[in-house]
Amino acid sequence: MRWIGNNTDLILGYLASHVWLSIVPTVLGFLLALPIGWWANRVPAVRGVVLSVGNVLYTIPSLAFILILPGVIGTGFLDPLNIVIALTVYAVAVMARFASDGFASVSPAVLDSARASGFGAAGLALRVELPLAGPVLLAGLRVVSVSTVSLVSVGALAGVDNLGRLFTEGVFTGNTAEILTGIVLVVALALVLDLLLVIAGRALLPWSAGARRVRGGVA
Amino acid sequence: MSVASDSWDWLTDSANWSGDAGIPHRTLEHLQYTGLTIAIAAVIAIPLGLYIGHTGRFRGLAVASTGALRALPTLGVLTLVSLNTGINLTATLVALVLLAIPPLLAGAYAGLESVDPATVDAARAVGMTHWQVLWRVEVPLAFPLLVGGFRSATLQVIATATIAPQVPGPGGLGVYLLGGLAVGDYPRVVGGAVIVIVLALVVDLLFAVVQRLTTRRRVSTPDRV
Repeated sequence: MRWIGNNTDLILGYLASHVWLSIVPTVLGFLLALPIGWWANRVPAVRGVVLSVGNVLYTIPSLAFILILPGVIGTGFLDPLNIVIALTVYAVAVMARFASDGFASVSPAVLDSARASGFGAAGLALRVELPLAGPVLLAGLRVVSVSTVSLVSVGALAGVDNLGRLFTEGVFTGNTAEILTGIVLVVALALVLDLLLVIAGRALLPWSAGARRVRGGVA
Repeated sequence: MSVASDSWDWLTDSANWSGDAGIPHRTLEHLQYTGLTIAIAAVIAIPLGLYIGHTGRFRGLAVASTGALRALPTLGVLTLVSLNTGINLTATLVALVLLAIPPLLAGAYAGLESVDPATVDAARAVGMTHWQVLWRVEVPLAFPLLVGGFRSATLQVIATATIAPQVPGPGGLGVYLLGGLAVGDYPRVVGGAVIVIVLALVVDLLFAVVQRLTTRRRVSTPDRV
């Protein structure tokens, strides 16, 4: 506990950087995956390509991926950009599948009635399909957010400051308290972000929470 | 020269393909850690998962605890156990086993849950015992999802075993990545990363083949009957 008190600034700095490195790839991945998933749902051939490419990308081990980027795109070896790019690619790979499934979950009858009531292509996609795909998109975001928080700590091995530094420094100096602090904060961050997503989902998709309650009541 | 062509030179240098620090030996070490991890994790997770899937008991607990395990940073567990036991290979295995348990457990119980309840009822109706239902009906039908759990666990372990050399002792392919980074030998880092990526893709492909073969066998069975 004394170690935590003496190093609050260091810990908070790592925490802030960890939050930033987790949120940016998750948000970027989500935004990039939406049009890809929407298109994949329209065209079966595209869906096949998106799913197989996503699977191959997700198979690439994270530390190797982060470290190979400088050789591929010419960034510096200790550049935080490598982590952001690698984690964004993973986020897109996972999220595109969820987005495609989410858009596929929208009932064709609803789409027909929206078209009949005068929605254009853009209005249909943004104001009908997107909100109705919401529950599946939210499930995908939760998966991506938890795994991104955990993957960021690996970035500490590539010299980027985040909570993972508490592990690499702690094992170097033999400081158990430092490592435990890191583990607790990483798990807590993952849980807090997950909770925020659930709360945002309740607020933005009130019908899905209601549906769950009704189903629960019947059962 | 660029990092890319220097890395190519590193990969094609015959000196890097022989001896205890050579690519074949490091790959073998990497696969040994992976195999040992998956074996230990399977002994723990598969019976638990089959029990949960067969009986439907403790399902909520399993979902919650695998979710929490997934949030656990492997690097943190590795350094924590290493610091407190001083046995670094044990630390590596503990950290990797904790990583491998959630996908194996989920594959096992989700696999059994995917079996049509009518099929299980039919098996009971013809007089099968619990064990017979489990081994002769549920497990064969759940096989593709069970293999899926092994696939996901194995790939995560291959990817994450690269951080093992962060504590002194363990070898494996991570030696190229972390050792190269420590001394600023970037061709070695990128070359090692390429080997890890190729290994992961090859293993994934093997699992894909196994999954396809087992699925096809399942689909073709009704024709033969």
